[in-house]
Amino acid sequence: MLKEKGGLSYNTKMEIETMDIKSEFAERISEISGANLFKCYQCGKCSAGCPMAESMDILPNQIVRLAQLGQWDEIQNSNTPWICAACLACSVRCPRGIQIAEAIEAVRQICLRNRNSERRLGLSDEQIKELPPIAIISAYRKIAE
Amino acid sequence: MTKLLYYPGCTLKADAQHFEESAMCALKELGFELQELERWNCCGTVFSLATDNTMFHLAPLRNLLRTREEGGDKLFTLCSMCYNTLKRANKLFNEDPEKNDKVRKAMYEEAIAYDGKTQTLHLLSLLRDEVGFDTLKNKIGKGLNGIKLAPYYGCMLLRPDGLGVDNMEHPRVFEDLIRAMGAEAADFPFRAECCGSYQTAQQPEIVAERTRLIIGSARKCGADAVAVSCPLCAFNLDQRQAIAARLHSDFELMPVLYITECLCLALGIEFKEPWKAFHYAPVDAVIRKMEKKA
Repeated sequence: MLKEKGGLSYNTKMEIETMDIKSEFAERISEISGANLFKCYQCGKCSAGCPMAESMDILPNQIVRLAQLGQWDEIQNSNTPWICAACLACSVRCPRGIQIAEAIEAVRQICLRNRNSERRLGLSDEQIKELPPIAIISAYRKIAE
Repeated sequence: MTKLLYYPGCTLKADAQHFEESAMCALKELGFELQELERWNCCGTVFSLATDNTMFHLAPLRNLLRTREEGGDKLFTLCSMCYNTLKRANKLFNEDPEKNDKVRKAMYEEAIAYDGKTQTLHLLSLLRDEVGFDTLKNKIGKGLNGIKLAPYYGCMLLRPDGLGVDNMEHPRVFEDLIRAMGAEAADFPFRAECCGSYQTAQQPEIVAERTRLIIGSARKCGADAVAVSCPLCAFNLDQRQAIAARLHSDFELMPVLYITECLCLALGIEFKEPWKAFHYAPVDAVIRKMEKKA
């Protein structure tokens, strides 16, 4: 599958049920983000310019493809939505005008709202002392529904 | 003196006090007085990207409303993230009737209704559009001649398109300001690459790798220091150098200065001793070099 460390894996054979493709998952992302993932033609520009791609197990363009195919399990088990720094480089550069960072936010939101993803910052006193308020608040905001 | 209604945001009262103080010193010299909003609240730091939840837009909008209450129509910010959040919230308020209706209803207990007319003004826009770089250059003279600064925009000053202080992919306002200060602007390929932002809380190592790349690129360009205008970029590029140095024995520290600290030095204003303690990478050497020039 796609789960190899480092993001890129060419062994992309997967079994897809018709039911998955018909799932409303991509539409749910659209509802929350305003992004139409079906416009994607897999050019990969989002992943090419993503500053965090190196640390992601599934690249942003792969997330879009998996969403089109209704592969929610793959996506929700991926670290990608939680590595994304919402810098918007992907969104502003997408030749199809897909708001990818917003779609990733929608994935985070769906995980958080489904309560299937326990997310805590778990910062130590030392970390709280070290970090500026802007870092703590924005990090909290990304795990708040 | 022109008075500017000023929104500090959380971090300028904590880890970036030297950003606020140096901005006040430099702007006073240029004829501007910063008058802090009497009542302000945290803007939320990030603009809410989920379109089905308008609650998070109330925080920035309330600050814009306070500005109107105090009789202003412009709100001045130093922090890039505040700038982005306030400006985007206002755009949403003015351009999305459905959300406008929702947030208006949520703010029913406010003394006046918000009219959407508060403009958010960032330091860089003020210096470019209201002071003017030619005026600044004339005032500064030789300034920081012989110093090379790497302008680091980060994300929130530029993106999304149309909301930033300058062209998203080919900005020049930071470079122009550096040149107006008499210094040389490094042609810096990482100037608009994200520093890792809030991931610094949970993934400090990933951010430290970003820092190593960005700082390393500035070094390759021959920069004496990196200039920033965002407290989160400043933390990531400066404080996270500690981890970068621990992970990579060949990593060399590089000073990271707020653009207002550079501006103070260019204007011949003394770099205050307490500001130094906020920096991780030592700034003494570069400050001495800059003081000599100015």
